[in-house]
Amino acid sequence: MTVTTEKPLVQIEGLHKYYGHHHVLRGIDLTVNQGEVSVVIGPSGSGKSTMLRCVNLLETISAGRISVGGELIGYREVKGQLHDLKTKEIAAQRREIGMVFQRFNLFPHKTALQNIMEAPVQVKGQSKAAARKRALELLDRVGLGDRAGHYPSQLSGGQQQRVAIARALAMDPELMLFDEPTSALDPELVGDVLNVMKDLAKSGMTMIVVTHEIGFAREVGDRLTFMDGGVVVESGDPREVLANPQHPRTKEFLSRVL
Amino acid sequence: MDSQQDSHAAPVLNKSVPVRHPGRWISAVIILGVLAAFVQSLFTNPNFRWDVVGTYILDTKVVQGVVWTLVLTFASMVLAIVLAILLAFMRQSDNPVFRWSSWTWVWFFRGTPVYTQLLFWGLATVLYPAITLGIPFGPDLFTYVTSDPTHGLIPAILGLGLNESAYLAEIFRAGLNSVDKGQAEAAEALGMTKGKIMRRIILPQAMRVIVPPTGNETIGMLKTTSLVLAVPFTLDLTFATNALANRIYLPIPLLIVAAFWYLLVTSLLMVGQHFIEAHYGRGVDNRVPAAVNPAAAKAAAAGTPSADAEPALKMPFPGEDSK
Repeated sequence: MTVTTEKPLVQIEGLHKYYGHHHVLRGIDLTVNQGEVSVVIGPSGSGKSTMLRCVNLLETISAGRISVGGELIGYREVKGQLHDLKTKEIAAQRREIGMVFQRFNLFPHKTALQNIMEAPVQVKGQSKAAARKRALELLDRVGLGDRAGHYPSQLSGGQQQRVAIARALAMDPELMLFDEPTSALDPELVGDVLNVMKDLAKSGMTMIVVTHEIGFAREVGDRLTFMDGGVVVESGDPREVLANPQHPRTKEFLSRVL
Repeated sequence: MDSQQDSHAAPVLNKSVPVRHPGRWISAVIILGVLAAFVQSLFTNPNFRWDVVGTYILDTKVVQGVVWTLVLTFASMVLAIVLAILLAFMRQSDNPVFRWSSWTWVWFFRGTPVYTQLLFWGLATVLYPAITLGIPFGPDLFTYVTSDPTHGLIPAILGLGLNESAYLAEIFRAGLNSVDKGQAEAAEALGMTKGKIMRRIILPQAMRVIVPPTGNETIGMLKTTSLVLAVPFTLDLTFATNALANRIYLPIPLLIVAAFWYLLVTSLLMVGQHFIEAHYGRGVDNRVPAAVNPAAAKAAAAGTPSADAEPALKMPFPGEDSK
C-alpha cells in the first residue's frame, strides 16, 4: 500500500492451477514491488505453496500470467499466442529467482561450502576461487562461518536452512521465494532462520514468504496476503490485516493461529 | 532442581549379571566340530590330489584363462553399464518412444536365458551373413559382410554385456528413483540444466544405492563368463580347467584350481567395492567434516558439545570387566 509508486517486480495475474480435475488455484492476482516483503499466510491446502512454486515454474501454469522483472515466466508470447519456453530458457529465468524450501533440500553429498559454490561455478561459470570467497562471505553472513566443511547431515535443521538461504543468495537473485522455511524446524531453531530473513529484508531484497510465522509478517512484512481455497481472501498492510481482519474467514484463521 | 545432579561425584555404575546364552556355546561346538572334520578330510582324503592342484594352479593355460575371464568380465560390464545408463535415462524421458524402447529392451534381454543369447551371438554371422543399409522393402544402399575374426570374443562380450545391461538398467532406475525429488527441484531452482542436475546432483547420490547391487552383478558376471563355451569362446578359466581335467582324467583337483582363482578375483573385487562405496557414501555414511581450513576445523571442534559425554562412551561393555 505504501509502496504503490515503486516499480512492480512480480506480477501474478489470473493464475489458475489444476492437478487433473482438482482445481487448486482459482484465479490469483498478486503484485510484489521491488524491495517489498510480501507474506502469504493461509491454512494448509489453500494453494499458497503451489502459487509460490508456479513463480519459478516448479509447477506448470494452467491459466494466467506471471511476470518477473517485466519478463513473462515460462512462455514467449508471439502475436497473442503463447509458446512454451525450452528447458534451457526456463533454467535461465530461474537463475534470477532464489528459492528456499521447507525441507531445505541441501545436496547431502556436498559440504556446506560446496552446496553454496555449486550453482555459481556450474551455472554462472564463476571461477572456483571467486565462488569460494563469496560462499565463505555468505556463510559468515548467515552466522555459519565455522561450518563450511560440514556435510548437511552434520548440521542442525536451522543451520541447514541458513546454508540453503546462502546457497540461493550466491546466485545474486533479484527475487527470493520462501516456501514455509521454518515449518520443519524445532521451535528453538526458528529464531536464527527468521533473523537471517529479517536481515535480508532490511538489505532491500524482494521476497515472497509463505509462512505460519505471524510475528515475522507483522514485524517485517510490507504486505500480507491471506489465501484460502485457492483464492486471495484478503490482502493489505500486515499490521492492519492482523489487527482488524475484514473477511470472516481471515478472522477465523487468525483466531486459531494467534 | 537439576543442580542436585552433581557432576563432580562419579556415579556408581550398574553391575548387573548379564543374560547367559548356552545355545551359542552349543552351536559353536557343533559347527567347530563339523569344520574340524572337514579340514581333517582335506588333509587325509587322497582323492583331493593336492599335488595335482599344486602342479596346475599356475599352469600357463590356467593363468591365461584367468586373464581372459577378467577381460570378458570387464569388457561386458563396461558395455552393460554404458547401455544401462542410457536405458535408465530413456526410461525416465519425456519422449514416449524412448520410454517404450527402453522397456522393450529390458523385457527381451531379461526374459531370455543368457545361454540362449550367447548361442545366438555365436550364430549371428550365420543368421545375418551381411548387413545392408537400405530402404525397407526398397533398394539397397550399402552392404557390410559380417564375419568374426576374433574367434568368439566379440560375440561373447556382446552376449554377456547386452544381457547384463537389462539387469543393470533396472538397478540404475531404482537408484535414480531413490533420490529425493526435492534434490532435483533445488537444483532446478538454482537454474541448473537437466544434464548438470543428473551428472552432479542425482547420479552421485544414486550411486550409493547403485554400487552394492552392481558389485554383486560384477561378481555374478565373473562366474557367468563360464558360459561362453556356448558361443563358442574357449579360452576362459572354466573351459581351460575343464580341458585340462578331461586330458588327465582328474576333474576334482582342477575344479579346486578354478574355484581358487574365482575366489581370489572375487575377494579383490570386494575390496574395490568397499572403496567405491566409501566414496559415494560421503556426507551420509561418514560423519567427519571435510577440512576446509585448519582454523575452521579447530573452531568446529571446539564447538562440539560432546566433551562431557565422552566418559560415558568409554564405559566398558557389560561382562568385559568380569575377567
